[in-house]
Amino acid sequence: MSLMSFHNKGETTVTLVRTRLQSDRLLIKGGKIVNDDQSFYADVYLEDGLIKQIGENLIVPGGIKIIDAYGLLVLPGGVDVHTRLQVSVMGMSSADDFHHGTKAALAGGTTMILDHVLPEPGVNLLTAYDQWREAADGKSCCDYSLHIDITRWHESLREELEALVKDKGVNSFQVFMAYKDKYQCTDGQMYEIFSIIRELGAIAQVHAENGDIIDEEQKRLLELGITGPEGHVLSHPEEVETEAVYRAITIAKQANCPLYVTKVMSKGAADTIAHARRKGTVVYGEPLAAGLGTDGSHYWSKNWAKAAAFVTSPPISPDPMTPDHLSSLLASGDLQAVGSAHCTFSTAQKAVGKDNFTLIPEGTNGIEERMTIVWEKCVASGKMDENDFVAVTSTNAAKIFNLYPRKGRVAVGSDADLVIWNPKAASVISAKSHHLNVEYNIFEGTECRGAPTVVISQGRIVLEDGNLFVTPGSGRFVPRKTFPDFVYKRIKARNRLAEIHGVPRGLYDGPVQDGIVSAKAAAPAPSSRITSCPGKISMPPIRNLHQSGFSLSGSQADDHIARRPAQKIMAPPGGRSNITSLS
Amino acid sequence: MSYQGKKSIPHITSDRLLIKGGRIINDDQSFYADLYLEDGLIKQIGENLIVPGGVKTIEANGRMVIPGGIDVNTYLQKPFQGMTSVDDFYQGTKAALAGGTTMIIDHVLPEPGASLLTTFEKWHEAADTKSCCDYSLHVDITSWDDGIREELDMLVQDKGVNSFQVYMAYKDLYQMSDSQLYEAFTFLKGLGAVILVHAENGDLIAQEQKRILEMGITGPEGHALSRPEELEAEAAFRAITIASRINCPVYITKVMSKSAADIITLARKKGPLVFGEPIAASLGTDGTHYWSKNWAKAAAFVTSPPLSPDPTTPDYLNSLLACGDLQVTGSGHCPYSTAQKAVGKDNFTLIPEGVNGIEERMTVVWDKAVATGKMDENQFVAVTSTNAAKIFNLYPRKGRIAVGSDADVVIWDPDKVKTITAKSHKSAVEYNIFEGMECHGSPLVVISQGKIVFEDGNLHVNKGMGRFIPRKPFPEYLYQRVKIRNKVGALQGVSRGMYDGPVYDVPATPKYATPAPSAKSSPSKHQPPPIRNLHQSNFSLSGAQIDDNNPRRTGHRIVAPPGGRSNITSLG
Repeated sequence: MSLMSFHNKGETTVTLVRTRLQSDRLLIKGGKIVNDDQSFYADVYLEDGLIKQIGENLIVPGGIKIIDAYGLLVLPGGVDVHTRLQVSVMGMSSADDFHHGTKAALAGGTTMILDHVLPEPGVNLLTAYDQWREAADGKSCCDYSLHIDITRWHESLREELEALVKDKGVNSFQVFMAYKDKYQCTDGQMYEIFSIIRELGAIAQVHAENGDIIDEEQKRLLELGITGPEGHVLSHPEEVETEAVYRAITIAKQANCPLYVTKVMSKGAADTIAHARRKGTVVYGEPLAAGLGTDGSHYWSKNWAKAAAFVTSPPISPDPMTPDHLSSLLASGDLQAVGSAHCTFSTAQKAVGKDNFTLIPEGTNGIEERMTIVWEKCVASGKMDENDFVAVTSTNAAKIFNLYPRKGRVAVGSDADLVIWNPKAASVISAKSHHLNVEYNIFEGTECRGAPTVVISQGRIVLEDGNLFVTPGSGRFVPRKTFPDFVYKRIKARNRLAEIHGVPRGLYDGPVQDGIVSAKAAAPAPSSRITSCPGKISMPPIRNLHQSGFSLSGSQADDHIARRPAQKIMAPPGGRSNITSLS
Repeated sequence: MSYQGKKSIPHITSDRLLIKGGRIINDDQSFYADLYLEDGLIKQIGENLIVPGGVKTIEANGRMVIPGGIDVNTYLQKPFQGMTSVDDFYQGTKAALAGGTTMIIDHVLPEPGASLLTTFEKWHEAADTKSCCDYSLHVDITSWDDGIREELDMLVQDKGVNSFQVYMAYKDLYQMSDSQLYEAFTFLKGLGAVILVHAENGDLIAQEQKRILEMGITGPEGHALSRPEELEAEAAFRAITIASRINCPVYITKVMSKSAADIITLARKKGPLVFGEPIAASLGTDGTHYWSKNWAKAAAFVTSPPLSPDPTTPDYLNSLLACGDLQVTGSGHCPYSTAQKAVGKDNFTLIPEGVNGIEERMTVVWDKAVATGKMDENQFVAVTSTNAAKIFNLYPRKGRIAVGSDADVVIWDPDKVKTITAKSHKSAVEYNIFEGMECHGSPLVVISQGKIVFEDGNLHVNKGMGRFIPRKPFPEYLYQRVKIRNKVGALQGVSRGMYDGPVYDVPATPKYATPAPSAKSSPSKHQPPPIRNLHQSNFSLSGAQIDDNNPRRTGHRIVAPPGGRSNITSLG
């Protein structure tokens, strides 16, 4: 782009922390810029929280700070699509609030989170939204946006959703198929909610587990005397997740609503999503750092506290092959965005369920480890390249939730949320060194390659040389518009195509059985048969005969042609999907 | 069960019959032999049989001698809004016999809330006085409450019923929630019963019906549009998931679509005990007729789940039937006259549901599956009688030609070509959904209870000659495996010391107090910085954590049912 090299190395030696934080101008030199579509070597100039220039030999003002990124990758900051930093269960708040959580996020290279607002059933969604906004605005250290969970179906839901979409910058809502008698929706309610969501142009998210079966299984296990954390995974078998995913996809397809399955934890659920995508359904799957980085064998640990730390729903699969399978599907594009579902509770909090696994508050860590885990499991293992890595950690999420290209891309005009990534860094995840408020780290001892060396949020350096420079409350709420193109272009086209038509027929004017009459139909005199009918059916005289009583002449001329091509039989693009058909 | 005092069939005075020169077809093999029937039983099989003089002899001339068909799904007494289907037990079983079916299993459909026993007795009585062939009864569970358990127990123990159907469709009428299904399956498994499922997602159907009526679509095509096959597949998937959690066998009635059939196929590969029943209608015709301009014709096809509008479905289902992925064929026979169907002339949701098929079932399967080379004659016997007899615990009394079995035998002519038409069918309904279909293969002689009931196109039947066949619970064919899986799949907890660390006080303030780290006895690798809580291990049992750093312990079972953890839809 620019022709001249114009910067002064002498001025980069500002070392004061305060100066660093306040600096609004940054030049990143010599790095390899990695987007989801390509990688290239270029310098990046940031100003006013935006990316202003990309290229070689940029013309930049003097006296700005220069970051040397030779041999390193410059990535869009991570977008964690799923966090729960403000959850309160049985009066307990999660151990990591917006302050601690976002601090940890930044330390791990994530510069934006999408947190879930979980209203108590019955509470107005707008009230809950305000509550979350207030908490996050005061504490969040990075940009954030909010999903709203629909915890109870009620009459005024449509108005509340509309208000959230139109005025509050929310475009994604989650429904629960689990948590019976608490958050769980019936199929009919889901259909109605999905229909509203589609009309509003939002994304339907679903927690997919069959709550009815889980409830019964929990009862059964407790009766068997199994009270420890292993009861959690035994009562949430993966078939139950798979079943719910299948059902959610069926419902979403009927309602022609885009679906986003949160927390894909098992092979079965992931495969169901992959199959449905192959049949043309607009469905996305979100694996978690926990599902990619560890497995559920720990539920059987003799250390109760350790076992309890892994309790989350759907549970981490006890099948040790699952992480590998999920990362393969992530690499192939069958799953799209990695979240963390970060929602941590201290051991004392978890211990509320020490005699009954159903009382253990659910949630694991992952907000800090997410990027590193994906790099280690997917990129370092050769399953995906650095561009795919960017896609699944930020770009796809930004596209699905309509943040693109503001987030999820290194491009002129995008937010200056960047990560300078060292693919060669090696570290061991441990509760000793993590930035969280919990005693256990479910990835304890995992050796990871790849780590952020510098993290830039809103154009400011927040992580450098292992030191964090964050300010609670500096994170902005990022509103999201409806009808994300990435998702809705297809939905709109299908809406037009999926119109169905009735068959224009003459009025049936034959005899009609009187509801309460005796079993045998009275045989009425055969109505005069229109001779133009080529129907091959001609009855013996004793039987009823009124297969044709049209006043419109000729209406039955084509009666013998079974399939009339002019009539649409609800053929959505992608075809009638037999989700599991052989082939 | 004795049925004395019934008139004997006019032209047959003897209970003794010799079938000479036939080729006997069972599900496992075919062979040439003579067959001697006496007292309603098969007495001898072989060559050069020594039989009493003067017995009536039927020359089979090398034709096939097969076990009489068993139609596992009929509704000959189904009430719908005060109307009863046009074929009652007399009319229906007459048609059955004419088609080579010598036994039916009819569905008892109690009104929701009505006593199962009372309704059962009502059906029993109606069938006893009218049925022309042997019959047995399924009981449909149309509502689930606590009182029902006793009745179910009684039906199984005293009444000879071992199969019950539950509904996932018909919202606010028969539909059961997943919790109820779980409870019902658990209870029925305990009784050793066969669980039948009408698999369609009733919630979504209700929504779609509303939507389609609002769009102004009121004709029979609305029926098909409001019940897309995805909803059938979804429900089948859910039923199988629930059943596999409980480790009980499940039987999907009326498999009408490719998607549902595929779900069953894939599930079977993963281990769950699941069986699928396509019906004559789904094997012989398709749902394009819902779009017929002739309202009466279109309405005649209305049944649930609907016939698939995809014209390649019948072929597909026949292939799965041939390879054993689907096991039995029913008819779902429940026809209504056009006048009755016309109750729904302005609203497709009011059209009474049901199609014919009791008479055509055997012929349709032969024509679509055997005459096309998909299956052989032995498999034909398996899917039309033997498998049904095994599943419902009638084997080997029914479903096999063997000494001691009931003398329900059909002499089958594979070459005879017949055109199905409402003109000549035995049903009382005006429309035949197979109208105009040319079928290869049909029965020449039908023998029920050792008596010739159909010969040369003529029926010789008496009202009420059919017997009720009681069925015992725990059919071996299903429950052998269930019993073993029960043993293998037993769950065990982890034996741990008591957790005696700090416990958060639930109703207290949101932020927890930081307790002093308790004495660590653990060799764990966690060394949190001093500010943090630390109480991950406080066991009184010493040594309990020795293998803590060894995450997967082989000694512990991770619920591994035989057939493996089933990911019903996993690739490969």
